Amino acid sequence: MEAGLSNASILIDLSLLTMLVIVAFVMVRSRHLFVIVLLSGIYSLLSAAFFVSLDAVDVAFTEASVGAGVSTVLMLGAMLLTVRREKPTRTGRTPIAIVVVTLVGSALIYATFDMPAYGDGASPANSYMGEVYIDRTAKEIAVPNIVTAVLASYRGFDTLGETMVIFTAGLGVILLLGAGSVRGGKAVKDVKEEGQE
Amino acid sequence: MSIEHLILRVVIKIMFAPILLFALYVQFHGDFGPGGGFQAGVIFAVAFILHALIMGLDETKRVLPVGALKVLMVAGFLFYAGTGVATMLLGGNLLGYDAIDPASTHHAGQHYGILLVEFGVGMAVSSTMVMIFYQFAGREPEIRDEDW
Repeated sequence: MEAGLSNASILIDLSLLTMLVIVAFVMVRSRHLFVIVLLSGIYSLLSAAFFVSLDAVDVAFTEASVGAGVSTVLMLGAMLLTVRREKPTRTGRTPIAIVVVTLVGSALIYATFDMPAYGDGASPANSYMGEVYIDRTAKEIAVPNIVTAVLASYRGFDTLGETMVIFTAGLGVILLLGAGSVRGGKAVKDVKEEGQE
Repeated sequence: MSIEHLILRVVIKIMFAPILLFALYVQFHGDFGPGGGFQAGVIFAVAFILHALIMGLDETKRVLPVGALKVLMVAGFLFYAGTGVATMLLGGNLLGYDAIDPASTHHAGQHYGILLVEFGVGMAVSSTMVMIFYQFAGREPEIRDEDW
């Protein structure tokens, strides 16, 4: 039973990762921006499913709502302001590129041999601070979800900074796209059009 | 009056309240299950973004005007920071929630503090997301039919 379950989960992981790679390749090859935006949503949803299979439900939830949900819609909104197709670029295939990619790729794969096995209790992520949080959350914070305890209480100051970042991002978009401008947030017409009127 | 995208309009009318309800569940259930202010804020914003996509931006702006969003963006962040200042005034550290209820034997102060800051996060995130969407979508009123 135990072996059957782990085989099934390996199969699920492998198929999710394969789909991620396929989606990434199609995104790189495609020149149609609408397709690319939708594929990036699919990519986020697939990685959210992958995070669920790794038992990181909080991360999966964030990825599904932010990555697959809101950022896809925002990208669609941004895409409507520009052309639908990427300009075709004729880049000659340079041999130096494939050499660099191969070198970096093999270095990364070589580095994974040193990584701790998945679920290893003695890995750096699970010992030290991770262990401290698991030990102390029940006593000090008394909330069942350790992720929330770390996010809102132990690292409350970090989260305050993150909220500030989001607020600043919103502020930047307002300033750039002009809700606070002298136009008072009215639709911005092209300069040429205004000149003709 | 022509009614475009009739099915989508009916669906969003049915889905709008459940989406908000789910966002509130995620918001206030964050310390027991997955979720919290960030996710809840985004889901809350998605309800309004869907509404704007289908009913048109002007219709949504009547419900949730830009001015209100600006206030909510600032209020959310100040709510979070204010919780931190409040714990300091109560004699604890910045964001040291135990100061809220020092006599509690089961860290009720931590629960209150986490709920308060998550509420601030949710408010700031949802209003910022809707605001960013307004800014992008406000430049071109509707998605043309051939783009679907």
